[in-house]
Amino acid sequence: MTGILPITLEEARKIVQALLFSGKEYVCVMKLHGDASQNRVEAVLKEFENTIYQRPPLRASVKRQLRTRKIYYIDFMEMEGRNVLFKVGCEGGTYIRKLCFDIGEVLGCGAHMQELRRTRAGPFVEGEGTVTLHDVAYWFMEWQKQGDDKILRKIIQPMEKALALVPKIYIRDSAVDAICHGANLTAPGVLSLETNIQKDSLVAIFTLKGEAVALAKALASTEEILSMEHGMVAQTKRVLMPRGTYPKCWKSGET
Amino acid sequence: MPRSVPPWETKRQLVVKAEDKTNPRYGCKPEDRTAKDYIKYGVINLDKPAGPTSHEVAAWVKRILNLQRIGHGGTLEA
Repeated sequence: MTGILPITLEEARKIVQALLFSGKEYVCVMKLHGDASQNRVEAVLKEFENTIYQRPPLRASVKRQLRTRKIYYIDFMEMEGRNVLFKVGCEGGTYIRKLCFDIGEVLGCGAHMQELRRTRAGPFVEGEGTVTLHDVAYWFMEWQKQGDDKILRKIIQPMEKALALVPKIYIRDSAVDAICHGANLTAPGVLSLETNIQKDSLVAIFTLKGEAVALAKALASTEEILSMEHGMVAQTKRVLMPRGTYPKCWKSGET
Repeated sequence: MPRSVPPWETKRQLVVKAEDKTNPRYGCKPEDRTAKDYIKYGVINLDKPAGPTSHEVAAWVKRILNLQRIGHGGTLEA
């Protein structure tokens, strides 16, 4: 199987969680085990554009318990004999092999996944800065030879790019170092934030320079945070920025 | 059943709660990081080839870039 596989380097590994939960898009070739009309196939594909139940397959890297996954869309593309080509947008952790099997069951003739290519993983889209292993090896060698940092930017993107779809809260310089030490974000530190933040949802805490400080769990919605004068706004989950990047602006009991 | 909106189609606006400036002496824009930090806080939008597993591909990148630690977002089976 081929396609988009975001690779997180060194410290950027800490954002992997945000990528795992992000949505994916695939182009898939499904092979039917019997004959079915195109109308019937299209109708059945539409039925799966829904919240579906899936039990992870035998060979899976997660616990095999029944879980629900959202299928945002299934776009039928073409059909040739028993081969069906479609595009599917789905929640992270959806097994397409399983989806094909289940589509085959509903069709009655059975089906399996023949080919799969991932065309999107969260904010990473095919064709937008996608590089092959060869590109990585070649340009990294060129960078080492020439020392021009522009070359590095051809193959590597800042980890902040991976957080493009996570709602953000921008904070004051003076609040940054406390977060880096694991403190929760309080209302006075908030400068601006994005709409559609729900209580308990994942948020990214950013500086005004656009640097990621931490991943956190929102403790209130956008509207609530806007009207808050004090109190906790987000619970820090994963610190991304090293301590001491910004000056310490909080009082400790020892001084 | 209405089709639910994928995360990449969700529109968000930025709303301002308070105004403040950032001190240029501390931190820097992600694109202005030194090469060493740029790699350390970097992500590669890789097109995985057919054949090797996601873990193998990640291990290759790690070796090519001569890094200590590496991760990947979402296994794409071999």
